[in-house]
Amino acid sequence: MSTTTREFSETRRLVLKGIGVTALIGLGVMPFDVPRALAAANDKYPEDAFKQKSEADAIKALYGRTAEPSDKVKMDAPEIAENGAVVPISVTTTLSDVTSISFLVAENPNALAASYKIPAGTLPSVANRLKMAKTTNVTAIVEAGGKLYSTTKEVKVTVGGCGG
Amino acid sequence: MMLRLTIRAAATLALGVLALVPAARAADSIDPLADKAAFQKFYTDKFPKLKLEDFVNGPYSMNEDLHKQWVEKEDFPPYEFSLEAGKEMFSKPFKNGKTYADCFPNQGIAIRQNYPYFDEKEGKVVTLELALNRCREANGEAPFSYVKDDMAALTAYMAYTSRGKPMDIKIPNDPRALDAYQKGKEYFYTRRGQLNFSCATCHVQSPGERIRAEVLAPALGILNAMPIYRSEWSGMGTTSRRFTTCNSQIRGVPLNPQDDEYRNLEYYLSYVSNGLPISGPGARP
Amino acid sequence: MASSIRVRATANGDTTEVQALIQHPMDSGFVKDAQGNLIPPHFIQELTFEYDGKPVFVADWGPAVSKDPYVKFAFKGGKKGDDLKISWVDSKGATDTTTAKIQ
Repeated sequence: MSTTTREFSETRRLVLKGIGVTALIGLGVMPFDVPRALAAANDKYPEDAFKQKSEADAIKALYGRTAEPSDKVKMDAPEIAENGAVVPISVTTTLSDVTSISFLVAENPNALAASYKIPAGTLPSVANRLKMAKTTNVTAIVEAGGKLYSTTKEVKVTVGGCGG
Repeated sequence: MMLRLTIRAAATLALGVLALVPAARAADSIDPLADKAAFQKFYTDKFPKLKLEDFVNGPYSMNEDLHKQWVEKEDFPPYEFSLEAGKEMFSKPFKNGKTYADCFPNQGIAIRQNYPYFDEKEGKVVTLELALNRCREANGEAPFSYVKDDMAALTAYMAYTSRGKPMDIKIPNDPRALDAYQKGKEYFYTRRGQLNFSCATCHVQSPGERIRAEVLAPALGILNAMPIYRSEWSGMGTTSRRFTTCNSQIRGVPLNPQDDEYRNLEYYLSYVSNGLPISGPGARP
Repeated sequence: MASSIRVRATANGDTTEVQALIQHPMDSGFVKDAQGNLIPPHFIQELTFEYDGKPVFVADWGPAVSKDPYVKFAFKGGKKGDDLKISWVDSKGATDTTTAKIQ
């Protein structure tokens, strides 16, 4: 039974990959059709920003400018992560005209973890779960009205192999 | 402290008696009901703010910051995919057309709280994981690994159908059942491994405290949440996985899953958690 | 066969709250397997939520997003019974897509 299930998902994976490849060929660089409108607005996957090591370089690659700290950006993150593999972090802001929210983990191998586009009509509030290599600062960036605002919080990550 | 000392004394006494006259290992010196009451009282005294049913949430009931992370995770719990896979597996017939439901009372639904049970025919404890693999083998299917993946998915689904039902382990009027219970209890309190820890060192003496990085779970209700998705494992694990990794972590040599010692341990540990709700599948750090 | 995408979208007043959990290894490329070999990176790069033909939320993800990733957001509009389309594409070009009904 397990084998069957595995075979199924294996097959499915291959099929999916097949579709992905077809779509890629069919649409040029666009993996699927509907986000094209977005992509047209120069919103393609920020590959370069994700490759930067430091927080500053990642922000520069992503936005081309620097952020100023703001108490209008509220981040909720644990004091001590229960496990660095799954750290629940959320951000919300009272700023208006928010167009994107990004999360950076300072001492991860690559600082940029996630970047969310917030179209008009979507609330400027995101929750997600991130990986953290060690105790370090997590920074949230809110892009609002063409400017960047940030907040930073240290999250302790303890790595243990015992207990629970 | 009192409890630990008492128990250790009792265990030593029992072992002493056993060494001298095995046959005289009298049933009247083993009192599971009193054990259960003392065990549960120990935890409610130690954590007066917690209700009995809170203990099934392990370390999450003892640490506020952890509790918050858990509530956030439970919004969309990480065991969701395993649970769904288990449901699908459970209803899918074997090659011979039979299903898991044919192997269990009440078609296998809402029965998890009755496992493990003492099988008077076999004269041994039968756990849910063991019963599932026996079901597979009886129907011409290869058994699953006891520690993760398929076994975790199946037990996740079966636990889910029992959620909220109080653990209800019975000890039949059979000296062998009492003996299995007592052996499980002795295993629980016996120190082993290079760290010289017993199960109780961590899970009775120190729940809620950190050992290195992690907050220790109370032994009370620990099995009610099985199987669990552990972030540390990046995946699911069964009761068998919990027992074997515990033994490795104290730098002992783990036994094989479903060895008699583990079956007896599961029997004891489940019995003293009688009355606490099944909460599995669970999520743990 | 079940989708890799689980979605809960709930209309509440004039907003719809969306939570999604996706089954994906999100391999970072920094972790070794039991044999000591590096597991190559394999992660979702883009996740898109569309309502009424328009994107309401687009996630660009790197490998530091947790295994079986989770995200939660809310948008103005959306009625019970309406469709929300979710699709992702990963670093190996695999994709999955599903449509969920707003509850």
